[in-house]
Amino acid sequence: MAMSRDDIFNQVRDVLVDALGLDDSDVTEDATLMGDLGAESIDFLDIVFRLEKEFNIKVPREELFPAEAVMNNPEYVSGGKVTAKGLAELKAKMPHTDFSEFEKNPDINKIADLFTVSAIVNFIEGKLQ
Amino acid sequence: MYRQARCFGAPADSLFENKIMRWIWIDKFLEFESGKRAVSLKNVSLAEEHLHDHFPGFPIMPECLMIEAMAQTAGILVGEARKFQEKVVLAKIKNAVFHHFVRPGDTIILHAEIESIAPEAASTTGVIKRGDTVIAQINLMFSHVDKNLAGKKFPEENFVFTDMFNSLLTGFAETQTTEGSN
Repeated sequence: MAMSRDDIFNQVRDVLVDALGLDDSDVTEDATLMGDLGAESIDFLDIVFRLEKEFNIKVPREELFPAEAVMNNPEYVSGGKVTAKGLAELKAKMPHTDFSEFEKNPDINKIADLFTVSAIVNFIEGKLQ
Repeated sequence: MYRQARCFGAPADSLFENKIMRWIWIDKFLEFESGKRAVSLKNVSLAEEHLHDHFPGFPIMPECLMIEAMAQTAGILVGEARKFQEKVVLAKIKNAVFHHFVRPGDTIILHAEIESIAPEAASTTGVIKRGDTVIAQINLMFSHVDKNLAGKKFPEENFVFTDMFNSLLTGFAETQTTEGSN
């Protein structure tokens, strides 16, 4: 039987609590990993490893957190903003992510805000289907 | 903790300039199973000067140095898994729990296992024992710095794994799987 979204959220929350040393209550659906939960780059790998183990799936890092490749490509970033082409690429690579806020001002400094708890839950939900 | 990371070869510019302080904090490997697990041994001696200050009249091995010993055991295991092609640095102490003191005259045995390994990083689990007594549980993450700091210039040589580290593995790495050498 497929896991419910709530079950997935609870397990993702446990992973983040362990990986980042948080309290349960810190982990909300719209919390951003870097801004709100204080994740650093090595934590992303830690989270990927833990998700793989927890859900018994393969999580290619560039699939869950593909922004690095986009940010390093001059076609996709111009003047500190993600270009239309870059935005299309991000959307294609991150179907599990809500872009509605980011689209209004696609500042590359805001790119970290795309990595929310709900984006991870959506990603896992997609993988388990 | 920062000092631990630097000791294990974390990239700090001053370290490059000064050719890096290098020290080995484990005495030998007892078992080495390539890509999977390693067991090392460290003898703790009152001749180690820091024990005189930690603490006067009550010498115990500092916990951070138990982490260093585990970082070396697990770090060499992770490095050998990719045939030392990667520069492996301690990136994160996932957790470290200490149950007992370690005193001069003790022999501690460090058991490290690779939990996950990817092109950019690895995570390891570890237990330190004295006899049958569990002294500490230490889980770590290592970063393969070349894969994560693209564009940053590193020295040509592998500054993490020097000949000194390799000498610890003599008799183990070539055969891939060897049981106790003592």
